[in-house]
Amino acid sequence: MTATANHPSTGTPHATTGAPGATSWVPATEAAPDAAAAGAAPAAVVPPAATSSARTRPGMLATEGRPLVRPPAAAHLSDEQVAEIGRELDAIRDAVLAKRGAADAAYIRRVIRAQRVLEIGGRAALLGSRNKVAWVAGTAMLSLAKILENMEIGHNVLHGQWDWMRDPDIHSSTWEWDFVTPARAWQHTHNDLHHRWTNVVGKDNDIGYNLLRMDPDQPWKPGNLGNPLYNAILAPLFEWGIAIYDLELEDFKKGRKSKEAMKSDLKALGLKAAKQFTKDYAATPAAAMLTGSGKQALVGTLTANAVRNLWAHAVIFCGHFPEGTDTFSEEMVEGETRGDWYVRQMIGSANISGSKAMHLMTGNLSHQIEHHLFPDLPSNRYAEVAPQVKDLCRRYGLPYTEGPLLKQVGSTWGKIFRLALPGGAKPARG
Amino acid sequence: MIRLRKLAQAASLFTTPLAPEDFLALLNPIHSTRQLRGVVTRVEAETADSATIHFRPGRGWKAHEAGQWARIGVELDGVRHWRSYSLSAAAGEDPAITVTAVGAVSEALVRDTRPGDVLFLAPPQGDFTLPEHPRPLLMLTAGSGITPVMSMIRTLVPRRRDADVVLIHSARTPESSLFREELAELADQFPNLRLIQRFTATDGRLDLSTPAAVEAICPDWRQRAAYACGPDGFVGAAEALWQAEANGAGLSIERFDTTFAGGAGQDGGVVTFELSDREVEAPGDVPLMEVGEDAGLLVPSGCRMGICHSCLIPLRSGQVRDLRSGEVHGEPGELIQTCVSAAAGPVSLGL
Ligand SMILES: Cc1cc2nc3c(=O)[nH]c(=O)nc-3n(C[C@H](O)[C@H](O)[C@H](O)COP(=O)(O)OP(=O)(O)OC[C@H]3O[C@@H](n4cnc5c(N)ncnc54)[C@H](O)[C@@H]3O)c2cc1C
Ligand code: FES
Repeated sequence: MTATANHPSTGTPHATTGAPGATSWVPATEAAPDAAAAGAAPAAVVPPAATSSARTRPGMLATEGRPLVRPPAAAHLSDEQVAEIGRELDAIRDAVLAKRGAADAAYIRRVIRAQRVLEIGGRAALLGSRNKVAWVAGTAMLSLAKILENMEIGHNVLHGQWDWMRDPDIHSSTWEWDFVTPARAWQHTHNDLHHRWTNVVGKDNDIGYNLLRMDPDQPWKPGNLGNPLYNAILAPLFEWGIAIYDLELEDFKKGRKSKEAMKSDLKALGLKAAKQFTKDYAATPAAAMLTGSGKQALVGTLTANAVRNLWAHAVIFCGHFPEGTDTFSEEMVEGETRGDWYVRQMIGSANISGSKAMHLMTGNLSHQIEHHLFPDLPSNRYAEVAPQVKDLCRRYGLPYTEGPLLKQVGSTWGKIFRLALPGGAKPARG
Repeated sequence: MIRLRKLAQAASLFTTPLAPEDFLALLNPIHSTRQLRGVVTRVEAETADSATIHFRPGRGWKAHEAGQWARIGVELDGVRHWRSYSLSAAAGEDPAITVTAVGAVSEALVRDTRPGDVLFLAPPQGDFTLPEHPRPLLMLTAGSGITPVMSMIRTLVPRRRDADVVLIHSARTPESSLFREELAELADQFPNLRLIQRFTATDGRLDLSTPAAVEAICPDWRQRAAYACGPDGFVGAAEALWQAEANGAGLSIERFDTTFAGGAGQDGGVVTFELSDREVEAPGDVPLMEVGEDAGLLVPSGCRMGICHSCLIPLRSGQVRDLRSGEVHGEPGELIQTCVSAAAGPVSLGL
């Protein structure tokens, strides 16, 4: 039996008796079971229905054949070589699956525990944040907690990386995160659309998030002059940008998304936003007022959210936009095989090099290439897979883009400035 | 209680999207209302291959009735597995299960469980329980099938002088016979229990193909409320006997296993879990429940052998094969038991 979920073919999921009456023969200490509890069936998980309904699911990708056009960076490969790349990458994935087990489960539980301790510590410190040390400590801990929660935990759990444990508390169908956009909405635009259509101009709206011109093949409009400004505004408000993006307003305007779907998405977002807002900007500061730290606590939570937003924005923009990453046309995915799908993920993504701590704080999205190849492998395994993927790229003459964070951020901003102006085609690859 | 709930509601303003209990769990691992857990308090070896595990369940557990079973979740190499186990402790006492090692999960329970370990639980269920009003009883058990009956005997025999129980228990050898000493002591001490231990390695199997053997041991067997529990073949034979002799009336049964011969050698198909957006290639002899679990889905489950109906999932399209009988069936919208149904061609499920 082979589970094919999240493999080249598709994204991750959208989402997640009674005893007879009293017997006169049993001791009086034993109460008759009451109906409510007898009916409880804790394992019955009802996953929420898909947000946008009738989207067609792609079938499994073929293992043989070729797309109409192969991307320039892979044009030198024969069909057989591409198929071989597919087989090699499948083997790398299978090797990790064979090892995945108790140590991985212990890892994610450790991270979750650490995150929760940090979060409690942070909020507790903010309660007394009139004291400067408490403010700095509280804000720092909360920022860290939020980053961990969104990146190493939330993003990866929502990808289904931990579904294999079958723990309903750490499962892609039940998880909700500390981020404004509701988990289900994000799973749809991110797992289903972005991961499937990675960097395909016209299909992957993550290219610029409908806001920025991030590819020379996107036609220039005068509004694009504001590219750098928009991005500077987007960064500290990133979670709100993503929330609006996940509403798929463009699809709604073009009639591809129904009014009902829009309404229910808006409602879900409204509810989630209200809860998030209450927690960070009302409940925590209100409790801090008891020590006269209300204002400081408010500034602290605002800062923590902004820090997380800036960080997430930087990391995510480094995933697909730095110099060296490719974008693709629709002909390049027409007839795409499993091997071609893998190739597109590799040459369309970029890694960030750095320390172990840096990888953790990016939710291992610093291994963007490995993440795009194997979106549902547990994130703690990307580091060991990376050298194998890098070696494969070297052997097949494919680019493997990586660089330190600052360089990649700079490269991304460079692109944003360049594409604010008309044209801006990439410098030819050497 | 009400105030507690108010407090939890207020606290959740600070913890959303998590619940306050997610933070409390940092201190107490069994504190969860979403996932019932229990802490193992004691483990006693019974035979070379079996052990009794006592546990203290967390909030949400219901006291069990004698004869009921509960689903127990265990993590093997990081993956949660669920199996059903009869509660062997007397009703009114802290729950315990008695497990015989026959496969991966039972093996882990018997060999690796230590006091302090956490078990995942579901509340007790099942109607293999004592009759509502006092009646003479006949218990037919084989192997580990003694466990639910042991709970009944422990509940009844020492506490009710008017009880009248005949137990015919089969095990391969005296060494592998569960609760042998305790049963002998009970029978010695309480005249309301008559015990017939049968060791099949030397005495041969209890012949249930005709009433003769049962009649020889227990002449008034027809007047008794009868219970049978044990391997599939044993329970099936008892069922057939009561069917032939008493129109099936007066016998309660509990099966611990079932034969999945119906799927052998059959072709499967691609299974689509529509709501979870997953497609899996499945063989024709593997229950859809396992297919889903192997794909990482949370599949509702209960007994895992076709008796409790906790696992019903709507069929969207395609047909399934009942692994017990081999029968192929399925209409769109039909609720199917995923624990005993395998794919017969491409299947789409509302999960
Ligand atoms: C209502 C109910 C109550 C149960 N109560 C108990 C109990 O009190 N004590 C107990 O030990 N088990 C009990 N079982 C059986 C238990 O749920 C598991 O099926 C059993 O422990 C095997 O699980 P496993 O993962 O170890 O083996 P698996 O890997 O699932 O199976 C291994 C092999 O063992 C066979 N097998 C399964 N069950 C038995 C069995 N009971 N005897 C012999 N072979 C078997 C299977 O057909 C398979 O071939 C009960 C089952 C049900 C449905
Ligand atoms: S799990 Fe009990 S009938 Fe399927």
